[in-house]
Amino acid sequence: MKRRGRYLAGAVCLAVCTVMLMPLAMSVLASVKPTKEAAASPPTYIPHGFSFDSYQRLWNYQEGLPVYLANSLGTAVLAIVLTLVLTVPAGYALARFPIPFKEVIFVVLLLALIIPYQALLTPMFLMFAKIGLTNSLLGLAILHTAIQLPFSLYVLRNSFSAIPRELEEAAIMDGSSSWEALRWVFIPSAMPAIVTTALFAFVTSWNEFLGALVMMSRSSTFTLPLILATSRTETSLGGTDWGMLQAGVTISIIPCVLVYFLLQRYYVSGLMSGAIK
Amino acid sequence: MRHGSRGRLVGFAYLAPALLFVLAFTAYPLVQMAWMSLHDWSLITPPTFVGLANYERAFADSQFWVSVRFTLLYTVLITPCLIIGGYLLALLTARNTVLRRVTRTVVFVPVVIGLGVSSLLWYWLFSADFGLVNRALLDLGVIDKPVLWLGVDAGVSSVAISASVIWKVIGFGMILFVAAIQAVPSEVIEAALVDGVSHRQRITRVILPLTMRTVLLVTLLSVIGSLLAFDQFYIMTAGQPGNETATSVFYIYLNSFPYLKLGYGAALSMILAVTILVFTVIQLFLTRRSHQ
Repeated sequence: MKRRGRYLAGAVCLAVCTVMLMPLAMSVLASVKPTKEAAASPPTYIPHGFSFDSYQRLWNYQEGLPVYLANSLGTAVLAIVLTLVLTVPAGYALARFPIPFKEVIFVVLLLALIIPYQALLTPMFLMFAKIGLTNSLLGLAILHTAIQLPFSLYVLRNSFSAIPRELEEAAIMDGSSSWEALRWVFIPSAMPAIVTTALFAFVTSWNEFLGALVMMSRSSTFTLPLILATSRTETSLGGTDWGMLQAGVTISIIPCVLVYFLLQRYYVSGLMSGAIK
Repeated sequence: MRHGSRGRLVGFAYLAPALLFVLAFTAYPLVQMAWMSLHDWSLITPPTFVGLANYERAFADSQFWVSVRFTLLYTVLITPCLIIGGYLLALLTARNTVLRRVTRTVVFVPVVIGLGVSSLLWYWLFSADFGLVNRALLDLGVIDKPVLWLGVDAGVSSVAISASVIWKVIGFGMILFVAAIQAVPSEVIEAALVDGVSHRQRITRVILPLTMRTVLLVTLLSVIGSLLAFDQFYIMTAGQPGNETATSVFYIYLNSFPYLKLGYGAALSMILAVTILVFTVIQLFLTRRSHQ
């Protein structure tokens, strides 16, 4: 009886894995179908031929894949840098310095947790239009940083707070300034938290859709999800280019999955501290 | 050392960039949104003060109610699936054997990809003539002609979209549930075993009550997420048929951007922000209590 239960649970696990992986596998397979097969109706399950034609078409689509990849990657890198530059010192200050009205300031800093950015896009668009930040990677990175800042600050503040005071006092005894203590004691000790915040900033920025849709109107500034969403309706031969669309989906997924497998430990701990504040 | 007025100044200097950033890019837009919502403004003409007219208009706008009703319907449809499904997956995989660990990792994979991108993937899978869902259902004999999943019927569309989003986010709840289940002290479970409690009773009488707070938390998070749904509908139905599947955020987007009714868009945003605020406050209250 007991053994039967164990086999049953194992079988269910395998079934669950199959169901979860099937859509991803199908997308990758569809992306390497030859042009004609990718447009076939009804569709084939397993490709009868193999070709990189869909990737070729995506490579040359409108401004070209390199432009969209560079836009997505550029925005994500800017968002990581901005997030860290702002929240590492701020987390340090909140963890270690006597600041008047600290609690109030902390709540203000976490404002974006309470107000969803989806509701703020209308005024943000107006402001960005006025100061020339629409159609700009920097502008989009600023928006992504605003989304990510509360989580990042929260994780870093907690991580800095958990560093034993003795470590810091030793540094101060040696006559180092607060900046040096941050640089040589706090940042190295809080590396896991810093990796977590960088990782989440990357994933947020790489995947974000609505903000990019609102802020970017010139197709040369589109990020990858944006140009793919555009390509699903804009067609040359009277139908959506399904093969190219799945090639784009596959390319968009690769960095996320890669980062997840490389940094799984940080992922789960970040998720916990993000959800259970 | 760090406790004089100098320490205060230094601390404030470290804090200032983040504070200025939040004031400029979150607080200021919030204030501006409140101001805009009291004005009639279409970008081309200068704003004119109209008081609460935009709010009155929203409550009399049938399309606004369509979007609210549809967003609620979607939330009510998807949340129980996510919570019950996620909890069952957590019960299945909570023990740390290799196969269970692998299953957990696999179920979490779709969580890390973008919602926009997963919607594009499912847009293809659910395509009537070119999608594999119809192909598989036809081959299995479940249906005898292709189903028009997306953008033709609001009900069918929301079932299809819910299925795709469940696939995408179910791992999120599962991971939090697994952590909560693993945190149940083993003595408690052993005590239950000594008392001769059955497997099912162990779950319903011991594990479930002890993880209830996580269940509530995940429920709130997915309610908030569903109330803010946009990407999946924009990509998979574009609001069709006739804006019936345009969610609240979608309707704000339509008014603010293609239609350029900025004042009205801002009023709708305010209504949404207040709604979400209620849920967020409950969530913060719940999580704060869990630390005491």
